[in-house]
Amino acid sequence: MSILINKNTKVICQGITGEQGTFHSRQMAAYGTKMVGGVTPGKGGMSVDGIPVFDTVGEAVKKTGAHASVIYVPAGFAADAIMEAVDAGIKLVVCITEGIPVLDMVKVKRFMEGRAARLVGPNCPGVITPDECKIGIMPGHIHKKGPVGVVSRSGTLTYEAVDQLTRLGLGQSTCVGIGGDPVNGTNFVDVLEFFAKDPETKAIVMIGEIGGNAEEDAADFIKRNVKKPVVGYIAGVTAPKGKRMGHAGAIISGGKGTADAKTEAMIAAGIRVTKSPAGIGAMALDALK
Amino acid sequence: MNIHEYQAKQLLGKYGVAVPRGKIAFTPQEAEEAAKEFLNSGVCVVKAQIHAGGRGKAGGVKLSKSRDVVVANAKEIIGRVLVTHQTGPAGKEVKKVLIEEGCEIAKEFYLGMVVDRGTGRVAVMASTEGGVEIEEVAAKTPEKILKECIDPAVGLQPYQARNLAFALELNRIDKALVNKAVKFITALYTAFVESDCSMAEINPLVITKSGDIIALDAKISFDDNALFRHKDIEGMRDLDEEDPKEVEASRFNLNYVALDGNIGCMVNGAGLAMATMDIIKLSGGAPANFLDVGGGANKDQVTAAFKILMSDTKVKAVLVNIFGGIMRCDIIAEGIIAAAKVVGIRAPLVVRLQGTNVEQGRKLLAESGLNVITADKMDEAADKAVKAAKGNKP
Repeated sequence: MSILINKNTKVICQGITGEQGTFHSRQMAAYGTKMVGGVTPGKGGMSVDGIPVFDTVGEAVKKTGAHASVIYVPAGFAADAIMEAVDAGIKLVVCITEGIPVLDMVKVKRFMEGRAARLVGPNCPGVITPDECKIGIMPGHIHKKGPVGVVSRSGTLTYEAVDQLTRLGLGQSTCVGIGGDPVNGTNFVDVLEFFAKDPETKAIVMIGEIGGNAEEDAADFIKRNVKKPVVGYIAGVTAPKGKRMGHAGAIISGGKGTADAKTEAMIAAGIRVTKSPAGIGAMALDALK
Repeated sequence: MNIHEYQAKQLLGKYGVAVPRGKIAFTPQEAEEAAKEFLNSGVCVVKAQIHAGGRGKAGGVKLSKSRDVVVANAKEIIGRVLVTHQTGPAGKEVKKVLIEEGCEIAKEFYLGMVVDRGTGRVAVMASTEGGVEIEEVAAKTPEKILKECIDPAVGLQPYQARNLAFALELNRIDKALVNKAVKFITALYTAFVESDCSMAEINPLVITKSGDIIALDAKISFDDNALFRHKDIEGMRDLDEEDPKEVEASRFNLNYVALDGNIGCMVNGAGLAMATMDIIKLSGGAPANFLDVGGGANKDQVTAAFKILMSDTKVKAVLVNIFGGIMRCDIIAEGIIAAAKVVGIRAPLVVRLQGTNVEQGRKLLAESGLNVITADKMDEAADKAVKAAKGNKP
């Protein structure tokens, strides 16, 4: 089993006719993802490698029965795209787009209240269940099916961790990139809850970074609810205060959100935290012994 | 993006937030001109304009009761290097001062707005502890911080502003102050939302002896991601306040932050870039910078990144750490080779490539004739870079 997505998930791509959308739709289809459609307003009727393009998400859902949508539209239009998908009945919206204004995301979050849809991201690599379904931009070939659930705020750092796992023979159940923005959809706690309940997931790797207190919340949740071994890593021990480190959400403000505080909270919750990003795989292997 | 106090006050004034009358002066002469206008109240304030707090304690804010004193104070402050707890030990040169009408302060408060990550909403915070840093209040007396979270669907409602005003006991000073506070807070919220602020701080917010509410200081940061729809705000950026290397990096859409160490880093992805800095430290070295070339970096960006790293005289070794995802390692290798030829490599270069097309990438580097130290794993790469920076053969 897996969380969020599996081999039956039908996916549409919003922004499919753009450069990124086309490229990644091909990559996803090649990986085995059921790409059933795409949406670009005004380009309905076209097709991209045989994937039909629709004008609206509503029409795409009606014609294809899609459950999930992946969004590659530019930052200025991404909030609108997320809301369109949610309103059309898409259950899982994965937003890859980086650079969405935070107040747009504040509106999106309010819009989603009381609706059944789940948003992953924005500013994230997406979600992958190895050998079944890839929704996002991660390189599929470094993944391998297996017992480790991975959840992370980062993109390439997650690839690094997954690569370490795979090289050690440890496959992944599902990998979820929750994104590097301060206001996002799915958080650590949501994903941890899924992993805790998923019988195939035997251990969890959680990769956090400076800024906010999502890791502290996660640590608290793990302490109370997660019996499976959890391996953690927090990036940004050397990050200076008050500086945005690439990700909009990666900033230590008012002395809050430091890597040390997060690491302490995680250790206190019984999580095995590695100080070295090169040691994530080995620690997971050890945790599964 | 941050702006100066005088710019923040101009912006807020447009939205109807009460701010003192004032003018910016680049020279003592301009300060004198401005003083003519604002000395009517009997006192003018000369305030150093730099992007850092703690100006008052560092001698950057001076009360002046006559034109001569305004000029003398302006002379003293302009050109001076202010060292505050936020500037770092090197301090910041003052290039301009704000000349502002003085007022008689009855009481000081704190008012701030931020995007609260926990609730995903704009939070308005108020406190009776005006003039004190809010972080300090939060640490010592968190119960003194009052908070209202705003539903973005309807915006700030008057009752929320009233909640804050009554909690601050403004009605005890003067009943009329409650409605004035509602007007002030509402105007600030409108400014915050319409300008895409990430933070707005009025500290102190003062009640004057004549019964007015006024923003004695104002600090605003904008959401960089929203600047594309605020060209006017982008025009307020003051490049003098930023590290020149950071300015250069931003021209090429590179995320760069200068640090104090001597190992220059070039990495794809923010999380991996931070992790690379951390592993350098774990290996006994110190990173010179954070540099994220992004997931889809092209040759021009890689070249620009190299130029910036090599222009940093502190840099004694460079560590390139790329995890090729969609970005192929052979493309990155080509970028490195091209950049090295254009820019030249004056410090040892350690390259760690991993991921898509890694073999082709490594082959290109090996055949390039460049003096590149390669590494397979992250810890190995960091170790080699630290040794190289110390002048030892890795």
